Amino acid sequence: MQEKLEKVLAEAKEQLSKATSIAETEEIRVRVLGKKGKLTEILRGMGKLSPEEKKELGMSANKVKSEVGDLLSSKMDALKAQAKEAKFNREKIDVTEPGRPVIYGVEHPITQTINEVVDIFKSMGYSVYESPDVDSVYNTFDALNSPEDHPARDMTDTFYVNDNTVLRPHTSSAEVRAEKELATPYKILIPGRCYRCDTPDATHSHTFHQIEMMVIGEGITMADLKGSLDLMAKKLFGPKTRTKFRPHHFPFTEPSAEMDVSCFKCGGTGCPVCKGSGWIEILGCGMTHPHVHKAGGIDTEKYTGFAVGMGVERIAMLKYGIDDIRLLYENDMRFINQFK
Amino acid sequence: MLVSVEWLKDYVDINVPVQEFCDRMIMSGSNIETCTEIGTGMSNVKLGRIDKIEKHPDADKLVVCAINVGGDEPLQIVTGADNIYVGAYVPVAVHNSRVPGPLHGQPKVEGGVKITKGKLRGVVSEGMLCGPQELGFDDKVAPFVSKDGIWLIPGNWDDHLGEDFDKVLELEDNVVDFEITPNRPDCLAMIGMAREAAATFGEKLRYPDTECQKTDEEASDYISVEVRSEFCKRYTARIIKDVKIEQSPWWLQKRLMAAGMRPINNMVDITNFVMLEYGQPLHAFDINSIAGHHIIVDVAKAGDTFTSLDEVERKLDDKMLMINDAEKPVAIAGVMGGLNSEIQDDTNTVVIESANFLGSNVRATSKRLGLRTEASGRYEKGIDPNLCEAAADRVCKLVEMLGCGKVLNGSVDVYPSPEKAPTVMARVSRINKVLGTDIPREQMEGYFRSLEMEVTGEGDEMYVTPPTIRQDLPEEVDYVEEVARMYGYDNLPMTLPECESRPAFPKNWNMRELARQTLCGMGANEIQTFSFSNGKILDMSGIDEDSWERNFVEIINPMGEDTASLRTILTPGMLEVLGRNFSRNIESVRAYEIGKTFMKNLIDPKGLPDESYDLTIGCYGENEDFYSLKGMVCTLLDRLGIRELKFVAESEYGVYHPGRCARVVTSDTNGQEVELGIMGEVHPDVAENFGIDTRAYCCELFFDLIDELSDREVQYHQPPKYPSTSRDMALIVDEDLEIGEIEAQVNAMGIGILRDIKLFDVYRGEQVEQGKKSVAFSLTYRDDEKTLTDEETDEAHNSVVEMLKEKFGATLRD
Repeated sequence: MQEKLEKVLAEAKEQLSKATSIAETEEIRVRVLGKKGKLTEILRGMGKLSPEEKKELGMSANKVKSEVGDLLSSKMDALKAQAKEAKFNREKIDVTEPGRPVIYGVEHPITQTINEVVDIFKSMGYSVYESPDVDSVYNTFDALNSPEDHPARDMTDTFYVNDNTVLRPHTSSAEVRAEKELATPYKILIPGRCYRCDTPDATHSHTFHQIEMMVIGEGITMADLKGSLDLMAKKLFGPKTRTKFRPHHFPFTEPSAEMDVSCFKCGGTGCPVCKGSGWIEILGCGMTHPHVHKAGGIDTEKYTGFAVGMGVERIAMLKYGIDDIRLLYENDMRFINQFK
Repeated sequence: MLVSVEWLKDYVDINVPVQEFCDRMIMSGSNIETCTEIGTGMSNVKLGRIDKIEKHPDADKLVVCAINVGGDEPLQIVTGADNIYVGAYVPVAVHNSRVPGPLHGQPKVEGGVKITKGKLRGVVSEGMLCGPQELGFDDKVAPFVSKDGIWLIPGNWDDHLGEDFDKVLELEDNVVDFEITPNRPDCLAMIGMAREAAATFGEKLRYPDTECQKTDEEASDYISVEVRSEFCKRYTARIIKDVKIEQSPWWLQKRLMAAGMRPINNMVDITNFVMLEYGQPLHAFDINSIAGHHIIVDVAKAGDTFTSLDEVERKLDDKMLMINDAEKPVAIAGVMGGLNSEIQDDTNTVVIESANFLGSNVRATSKRLGLRTEASGRYEKGIDPNLCEAAADRVCKLVEMLGCGKVLNGSVDVYPSPEKAPTVMARVSRINKVLGTDIPREQMEGYFRSLEMEVTGEGDEMYVTPPTIRQDLPEEVDYVEEVARMYGYDNLPMTLPECESRPAFPKNWNMRELARQTLCGMGANEIQTFSFSNGKILDMSGIDEDSWERNFVEIINPMGEDTASLRTILTPGMLEVLGRNFSRNIESVRAYEIGKTFMKNLIDPKGLPDESYDLTIGCYGENEDFYSLKGMVCTLLDRLGIRELKFVAESEYGVYHPGRCARVVTSDTNGQEVELGIMGEVHPDVAENFGIDTRAYCCELFFDLIDELSDREVQYHQPPKYPSTSRDMALIVDEDLEIGEIEAQVNAMGIGILRDIKLFDVYRGEQVEQGKKSVAFSLTYRDDEKTLTDEETDEAHNSVVEMLKEKFGATLRD
């Protein structure tokens, strides 16, 4: 019997060493350890033996059984690992092939620019205010201290709907509306479309956008105006941006200024973007003229304020290096897609 | 305003380099467009004298000149110019010299042109005689006698022959082009700019000499003046006898050229020079053409005609101010003189007019006549009447200096109400309050005095009187600016406003942003199209002749058809964009626009138009069809808080394919149906009109309505605890039966456990009878309280099938 056991073990060992598949190994297990397997067969034949012999043979048989079991499971592990590896090899893909595109759209660069400015000032407590595109001559010129014979009033400059109504040529038309409607003090931004009788070329469009900024309160100073715009310039064009305020003239502000920013392309040393000057003109601003406050019923002794008007297209064109304003209104998808 | 820095130095000392001059002038309020060097770029160009002119042996149009350039031997130079004469002083580009150019008839070359000895038609030419253009001066400033010819230099230069032309004539200068804002007409004059420079650099302003020597006759013996209209604020006349018309001296020509003016002759040049100096336009009449030696300033008679200096006959009206003599008009006041009183070569005695006319009247006259001149432009902007006398005196002084006439004593000056500058009270505290500064009174007073203002008063109150030339300072706030610019904007501190306010956003603002984000997430790009529209583009879009979309807000001064009216809908703009992209071979487009539309105010025609926001989506391309757009519309509206949607077939709206168009409908809180917009496949004719040669899809939604009906409140529901079961059904129904109707009827049964009904297949063709279609739905059943049994589900499902059989004659498909 003992020899039979030895033989079973030896055979199992040999067969396992030759086995190359999981199925083959499984067959071996059935053949040796299965219900009708060789080992079972031997154990079944133990009935005729004495208790001592039974005990002895039982121990040997168990030893063989566990030995074969170990061999089987290690063979199985090895084969499984092999199979897994083969599967991985088979399933290898070319990771450099393109992914399936998920298409997303982008906001128009004009919207993006407006939102960028709004976001800068939102965190400082500014509100957004809007007013009609079509507004009265009073709100647009008269209330803004614009002289009777100001060229902007001409039909060659501003679109008229009738004698008293225009397409606003600037968002400043909203100023007196805001003064009458809002409770003082306030800080607002007024983004919107504006229209002028400009023949379209690379830098002119009869339709364009402005953002008006308006602050009214007690003790608002020109220093506040400078500080607010300097902060905006740094956020829009980078932290190293410097600002320069030059005296200028607008009917609705006094004192008035134009703001230049240091050229973000060359940093101020002079390049084609800044036409060699190191500075780029960005916007007009000033302390709101008392006449404009009076038109809106504001107490000019108690309150002071400032106003800013900036061209959205101009900022967008400078920021993104767009050399023709007409591109912004052509809406070529290859153009818009670039503003991701 | 072109300012020669060398000329400016006649009135104020400037001791800084030109760049610093410019920078500081900008910061004190005189903005600069450009600063240009003139008189540079030449080397080895000599001053020469023409000693001999002979005909060229082989060319009719050429002459051979002997030019004295200081050496022992004259140079032989061939030229084609015909304005030269023996004894003329001229610029000579000798062998191996360089001129800035451009040469006659050639383009300008960077770095100039080298001139060498050569032969012209066989005759040696040892250089070139130059005209102003060849030496870098614009043709429009070339002196009249040198126009299109050689530059003839007036005066006697015999001691300087052979010297460098640019050095000996002191040509080098910087010309600064100042941008003068409309509030500062006083700066349209050299003295005005000198006043600014003096204040900026702390220097003293030197006024020109206007004092003439006494003569033996009085102006009033020759001329009398009568002013009959308020449009003339002042009229000053002086008389010059024995006038000799000749070329102006070099110094005067040089000044005019730098300022962009062409020297003509001494009398014209002097009046132009004084105009540039003071900003006061001047006019000279031949006294012999003034009938009765009497000037009457009055408005014209309507219907009269008058021939101005430019030989155009002009129709007058009774608002136009004229200068008349005892019999007839001789000039249009402030605009242009008449042909009948022009200075002639034989003129002996002239009347110098230095007058002040009301700016608005000159503007109106000039506009009605369509005639703008240097003088009218200046009057329009506003001139100080107190300048008249000084300017007239200055003209006389220059005549005396140039020895080109005899100046008679005194003037005839009609000035009924002399202009006085208003004294304004400006508070030190207010100025500092507005600027955010702490500038002491003494410093402010210093600024004012440097600008020739007088200051009185004490403590906080400064009583400031400006010179009358400054008409831009009627109020306290104007002095805030004067202090600010003199103090320097760059010296003001930077702070942030300390004013409490909470951010608020206008109607729709956040909704618009949400819609943009949602649509971008669906792969649509935002576009921005013009707010303009017109009837033609609506015709192209298939919009009916009498539809509401034609209630245009019309522009009364459009720039053309493109800007004729304001848009009432966004779709046509979208179609244009789709067409433009299609024509550029862009395979597929998904785009949207959120923008304002405008509708004529039908209730109050004089009131402002109605403005509202619309939203349009447009698309074409391989993966687009009606249902892809519908999917976008549904997802967008769901996100914007519109929960119940219905799509109602529409076959009458011309923009869209009659079988592929739907009105988008929801219901308001009262259960009333509200139309939110319309969508569909673009009608093939419309698509063709816009050059879209493929199926395209569009919608137009009324954004304000969406905002109004939006309910974005979120109420949490526990996710279902018990599993759901689904049952499919495939039915054969009539072709015309709408899926929406089937769904609506099923939903109307009110089966509590029916949670969802979803179409998953529509089939027509073999195995389905003609005029029928097979539709397959998946229905989901769930109970929130327990797991449904098969029996319960079957019972509900069968009732649905039965209802459909009964109601629509549907049969189950095997």
